[in-house]
This record gives sequence, C-alpha cells and structure tokens, in this order.
Amino acid sequence: MAGESNLGLHALMRLGEEEKAILAGEQGEVPRLALEHQVKVGGFFGAEDFVPVTQAHIMADTESLGEAGVRWLEKLAATKEGRRTVRIPTITDPRGTDFTKSKQLGQADWMVDLERRAVAAFVKLGVSMTDTCINYQTVLAATRGEHVAFGDTGVVIYSNSVCGARSNFEGGPSALSAGLTGRTPRYGFHLDERRRATIRIRVDWTPATLNDWGALGGVIGRIAGNYWEVPVIEGIDRAPSSDELKHFGAAMASFGSIALFHLVGITPEASRLSDVGGEALPVRRVGRDEVQALRQSYAIDERVDVVVFSAPQLSLFELRALADLCDGRRFTVPLLAVTSPQVKPDADRFGYTQRIEAAGGTVYSGMCFYQSYAREIAEANGWKRLATNSAKLVNILGGYGYVPMLASMEECVGAAETGRLA
Amino acid sequence: MSRVLVASQAMGAKVSGVALVAKDGFSARYDLDRIAGVFSRPAHKLVGRSYVGKILVLETAKGGVASAWMLYEMRTRDKAPLAIVFNSVNPILVQGAAFGDVTMLAGFDEDVTAAVPDGARVEIDPAAKSLRIL
Repeated sequence: MAGESNLGLHALMRLGEEEKAILAGEQGEVPRLALEHQVKVGGFFGAEDFVPVTQAHIMADTESLGEAGVRWLEKLAATKEGRRTVRIPTITDPRGTDFTKSKQLGQADWMVDLERRAVAAFVKLGVSMTDTCINYQTVLAATRGEHVAFGDTGVVIYSNSVCGARSNFEGGPSALSAGLTGRTPRYGFHLDERRRATIRIRVDWTPATLNDWGALGGVIGRIAGNYWEVPVIEGIDRAPSSDELKHFGAAMASFGSIALFHLVGITPEASRLSDVGGEALPVRRVGRDEVQALRQSYAIDERVDVVVFSAPQLSLFELRALADLCDGRRFTVPLLAVTSPQVKPDADRFGYTQRIEAAGGTVYSGMCFYQSYAREIAEANGWKRLATNSAKLVNILGGYGYVPMLASMEECVGAAETGRLA
Repeated sequence: MSRVLVASQAMGAKVSGVALVAKDGFSARYDLDRIAGVFSRPAHKLVGRSYVGKILVLETAKGGVASAWMLYEMRTRDKAPLAIVFNSVNPILVQGAAFGDVTMLAGFDEDVTAAVPDGARVEIDPAAKSLRIL
C-alpha cells in the first residue's frame, strides 16, 4: 500500500466488478492503493476472493508508525480526488500517549506532536478515534459469524474465540485498507476449515486471578507457538469472566501469535469437543506447575521501580477492584493504571479514579503502556524493574530493556506501597 | 554446487545477501531495538546481533501487529532486513512486507532454519519461490 507496485504473480485472486474498478482507479487513488495492498496479501495466502467486513480496528500508535508512517498517512489524508474516507465503522487501538498527562509520563514534545499529526490524518480519513484495545467490552462487540478486520492481537483473539466473529490479525495498513474498501481477503480465520482445533490441551486447575489467567494463556501460547494453531482447552470448571478471558487471550496471542482458541462448553463454537474436531487430537496436559514456572521465570528482583496495570486496558470493574486495594495506602513508587476513553468517565464518576490517585497512583486514558514509547519513558523516569498483573506486558517489555515481573493485582499494589514485591 | 529450497509462499523482489539464522520467532516490536538495528529481547537466540541488510531465516512470526507498520518505517531509515524467510508466517509480517516492500518467503518441506547455515550467502527469488544457498 506504500506506493506503486507490480502485483505480478500475486494477482491471482478472483475479483468482482467493483474490485476491478477500484484497482483501475475509478474510485480514486486511496481505495486503489488499499485494494492493491490487500490483493498482494491475499495472493500470498492463496485467498480466492474477498469477503465483506462490517468493522475495522486499526493499531497505529506513532512509535510503530514513526515519522515515515505518519507522513504516509498525511499523504493519504491530503488526497483531493476520489474517495478518501472509510466505508465501514473503523476505530482505533490505543494511542501512544494520554494527551493530558504526557509530561507526567516523561514523553518528549516530538512524540506528542507526532501523535497529534496521526490523529488529524485519521480523522480526515473518516476514522473514529476510540483509542481502545477493549472495544469488545466498550464499543461494539462483534457477533458470531461476523466478518471483521481487527488489529491488536488481543482484540482479534477475543473476538474470534469468545464472540465467534471472524478476523485475521490485521496490521495497521491492512485494517485501514479494509476500512477503505469494506472488504478483506478471504483466508485464515474467515474460513471454516481454519477454525478447527489443532492442539488439544487439558488443564487440571482453573485460575483465580487475572495474572494467572494471563500466565495460563502464555503457557498455552508457547505450546501452540504458531498463528495457524488453534488450541481447544478442556478442564476449565466454570464460566470465566470477560476480564479473565481478556487476559487469557491477550497473553496467548502475545506469547504464541495465536488468534483463536476454543474452551469446551464455554466458547460458542465448541459446545462439545467434537464440534471443533478435538476428540481426534492427542491430549497435552497443562498443570499449575507450568503456570507457576512461567510466573517464576519473571521473578528476578524483589525491588520495583514502577507498577503498571495495562495491556489490555482496564475495564470499569478492574478499576473498581484496584480502587478497593488502594484505599488507605500511600505509594512510594509510581503506579500507573491505563484504561480506555470510554471507561475513564465512568471511573471518574464512580470515584474510582479519585481513590486510586489519592493513594499516589495515576489513571491514564486512551493509551497503552507498551505502545507509548516504553523505552524512552523508562529512561526519562529511571524505570527498569516493573511489576504488573499482565502476562502480555511482561512478555513484551523485556525487549524494551525492562525487568518485568508478574504478580497479582494485590501484590502489585503492595509493591507500589513498599517498593518491593512480597 | 549450490542448494535450492523451494517455498510455498513468496513476495517481493529478488535479493541476495548474508543469512542470519535461528530457530526462534520474530516480532519487530517485541524482539528488536529498531533504533540500533539489533535483536534486543534477552531471551531471543539472536540477541545483540545486527539484522540490518541481512536475510533473516527464522522459525515463525510472533504476536504484535505493530510489525505491519515497522518494516516500512525501518526501511525508510535503512534499518530493515533485506528479506525475511520463515518456516511459517502470520499475516502481520506478510502485511508488513507488502507495505514495506520487503522480500519474503515462507512454507518449506523441511526446516529452513536447519537447512541454511548461519552466515551463509543466499539468494532469494520470489518469482521462483526459491532460496539458493550460494
């Protein structure tokens, strides 16, 4: 989508009349570039044709885009001829800052400027700046069988697995393309045959905390280890909450690039093991010891420089639980809690924000910690040893120079007070 | 005599260069210091090694949709790999390669990370879906 290209051997997809017209430039340069990009991707994966999609969700923080990506967006947004706006509801993943608290984060002005330029370009393209990775809890959950083009691996795995919707991982350029064309190549998890289980996991223990749900997701993600694998999991003894499945799926996607799982008797496509072909697969048992081993592998240092609740953004009731733990405490190290612009007003209204901040924490909105120049804010604030209850976050932050540690929300709040993980 | 491996999926321009090989995954966001141009995640088998201008030969693409933007951004700063070769690839890296015009091969009948020696000179020809060890 970046510019001119020769579709060459990749142009093997069956195209409808409208798609041929778009590629011929009859709707303008922006839709043409978008569809050309989609044809290249679809051709690589052997997609036979396109499938209409009803929603798109774009991951596009500026740490990922960089100056080059923002300039590319601005060029699209400045296009005068033809159609340049999205055709379907198209929303955004968290931004790289909370504009009201960028100084507190230690972000430089150029980072915030780049964010503002990206926002302005997206608005011109007709994108709704929801800035959330929990749109399935806050904006508009996809429904069973609904074809969508979602970015953010946590959004995709939740929507595919818990909602029964159909999406591949759509990176920013591809999700924007889907918004602009209203379709996506029909491959991967849009197809029935790709949604069958390929790995059968039996657990003998049901997690009780969000960090352990995340750790279990991480263990299963490592076992599966490949986008095309679909774990089916037996042995969960109750219906998990949306927040538990949020952490479970986000970690599985992060550790293993997994986009779809089934929980027998719980998720919509696996009422029975046989619904997804699981009965024919050998059983791989996962015990509590493996989950504890994953958690222990991050327990490197008792001292903590910063406590972070993020990735995914917190729901209203995660913030309520956090507020309950903050009452009567006084933090000695920074505690950051990150939520969506949809949840934040209710957290303010219900007093959760005030209670967290009275203890010395800060509630951020519309960003995600690791998408907010994590390396630079670590250097600006002297943060290295980080405690979190997000298994996804500990998996990511090692690459940014942090020593991340995984603990329960309660343990993390205690660490914010004492500076040490008990 | 050179050896040729044939992939099932291919994209991009014909290139040749030095292979950087590991039986490990790849995510531009999780694994790299993109400013310095080196692998930076401590647990990665290539930690500390430069990927700039190299032909990466790796097991699979890992989570993180950011890689779809990052290959383009890295290429504009001349900090991108020359090509990426996977046993198995996820859509994000393919989308990133399409957006950033980075050559890519995936899907072999054998383990490409075992077949290609680290440091070998290789030629990638997407039109023929081939990797030639020179």
